[in-house]
Amino acid sequence: MTRETVLEVRDLRTHFFTKAGVARAVDGVSFSLARGEVLGLVGESGSGKTVTGFSLMGLVDPPGRLVSGSIRLGGEELAGLPEEGWRRLRGRRIAMIFQDPMMTLNPVLRIDTQMIEAIRAHAGVSREAARERAREALARVGIPSPDERLAAYPHQFSGGMRQRVAIAIALLNEPEVIVADEPTTALDVTIQAQILYEVQKLCADTGLAMIWITHDLAVVGGLADRVAVMYAGRIVEQGPVDAVLDAPFHPYTHGLIGSVPSQNRRGERLTQIPGMAPSLLSLPEGCSFAARCPRADAACTVMPELSELEAGRLARCHHPHRTLETARGGAA
Amino acid sequence: MSVFILRRLLQSALVMVAMAMIVFFGVHLVGDPVYMFVTPDMDQQDIENVTRALGLDRPIWEQFWLFIANALSGNLGQSFIFGEPALGLIIQRMPATLELAFAALLMAVVIGIPLGLYAGLYPDSLASRTIMAGSIVGFSLPTFWVGIMMIMVFAVMLGWLPSTGRGDTVDVFGIQLSFLTLDGLRHLALPALNLALLKISLVIRLTRAGTREAMLQDYIKFARAKGLSRSRIVGVHLLKNILIPVVTVLGLEFGSLIAFSVVTETIFAWPGMGKLLIESIQQLDRPIIVAYLMMIVFLFVVINLVVDILYSVLDPRVRLGDRGQ
Repeated sequence: MTRETVLEVRDLRTHFFTKAGVARAVDGVSFSLARGEVLGLVGESGSGKTVTGFSLMGLVDPPGRLVSGSIRLGGEELAGLPEEGWRRLRGRRIAMIFQDPMMTLNPVLRIDTQMIEAIRAHAGVSREAARERAREALARVGIPSPDERLAAYPHQFSGGMRQRVAIAIALLNEPEVIVADEPTTALDVTIQAQILYEVQKLCADTGLAMIWITHDLAVVGGLADRVAVMYAGRIVEQGPVDAVLDAPFHPYTHGLIGSVPSQNRRGERLTQIPGMAPSLLSLPEGCSFAARCPRADAACTVMPELSELEAGRLARCHHPHRTLETARGGAA
Repeated sequence: MSVFILRRLLQSALVMVAMAMIVFFGVHLVGDPVYMFVTPDMDQQDIENVTRALGLDRPIWEQFWLFIANALSGNLGQSFIFGEPALGLIIQRMPATLELAFAALLMAVVIGIPLGLYAGLYPDSLASRTIMAGSIVGFSLPTFWVGIMMIMVFAVMLGWLPSTGRGDTVDVFGIQLSFLTLDGLRHLALPALNLALLKISLVIRLTRAGTREAMLQDYIKFARAKGLSRSRIVGVHLLKNILIPVVTVLGLEFGSLIAFSVVTETIFAWPGMGKLLIESIQQLDRPIIVAYLMMIVFLFVVINLVVDILYSVLDPRVRLGDRGQ
């Protein structure tokens, strides 16, 4: 992978300053994204993957705050931008798709209004020209008779269609990066497959880079080029998607893959990771996964570094699965 | 849409008939107006003459049929006191009351929505806390007391504004209107604010609650993710959503503005329907009471219809009869 890097995130920290204490939702996350690449950001609820996405958009609301770190988009530093700087960036160079398509479109505004305003927020084009672009964007994501649909309201669309509209809106200003926060989780499986297929095609055709946030390993296996696994605000494993899913280094990734139901393992009990994700308010010293880890020992009271165990493959563990102890099944 | 309106009109007619019965029989349970006309030198024959002249000698159901038959031809009875058609008397006073109610409604919207928006957008600021505390005061203080206090402060102590009457009016198509002259506006200010106070508080609370709820919605975050300016998000995305409950409630409350104007009109000697009603109740002038109540019922029915139509304009999801697919 020697493609040009569009997004470079270094040591990103986003903390929430609540009355109960400081929740370190994102605590030192680093990754980079090349043109046309899809990075799967995987983790369970509360692992910080959504907050990472919002941090990249400058959309972290108080009491949350981007504490430190660097976000470079095409060489330009975004961390520390004033709100107006972020506003000019959002939707133009970096766009976002949300989880629940039933909630993301404003119920009382027509589709054309919501699309045209997104174009005119960034470019001084006429209403007619913006409308024409909106029509093309709807057609591109596979919405039939886009002319009529432009004049419709969100409630006149199905969930899958609404998510297509949301994707069309994200694509309107031809951004370099799209942050997709579980965009297919709320959809049924057939619609999910259609949307995944179209997104993949878009990235390949246009060089659009994408961060696909999800907890669904099957989706990541089918869609992403690389995957980053998050746990308690940190990336614990990162690497090419097939390698990570076939032979995970980190015991947490191992556990995640083992808990996915699969055709190959009918009748067997699903494995599960014992215990619960730790509270972000009181993270333990050392490795935050140690309490749930079958391999933990005295060494794990010191936080392991994210180190490159193989070319392009990083893991944050003192006792990685080094040999070919492949996770059974695999979700790829 | 037209089917919907037709159905609503039919329902409304039924409501009117039911209310006519309740109001007519209800009023006849209270007092005997004949004795308002009896003087010590009258004998039994005179009293019977008065009773007959007022039409009160007939059985109650016959009086009711007569009332309904007359009502259908637009005659809601003759005032016992003035000897004039009751409806005419009320309609004469109606512009004053409506002017007062509309002025109060306007104040509620113009003052309440911006304050509520501010309190919703910056819930922790000192100004917001002050606004919310003020709205509680506006809610809890009785209208008549606030009215008297306003007269004391602004009319008596400061002498800024007059305390009674309508001031100079302008004749527009035979209707006297105060708000077109400076003097009329000065007269209108205090009673309208007094009447509006409760509604301002209500609108502030509704707008604030709606704002706080809507700001957490995904569609607001998505609008921000599109790179829209804050003014566009608040002015279009937010406002259009929170206007739905505000319009509904204000529409329904417009009726109560007219009802509450009874108190305000009495305090500020505003020559409207409310003042006429209070006087008629004191004098047991049944036809005016009945006609007034029927007017109010009619008004409520019309308001509800208008609110439903407005509502469907604001919220595409309730556009009745048009099933977009």
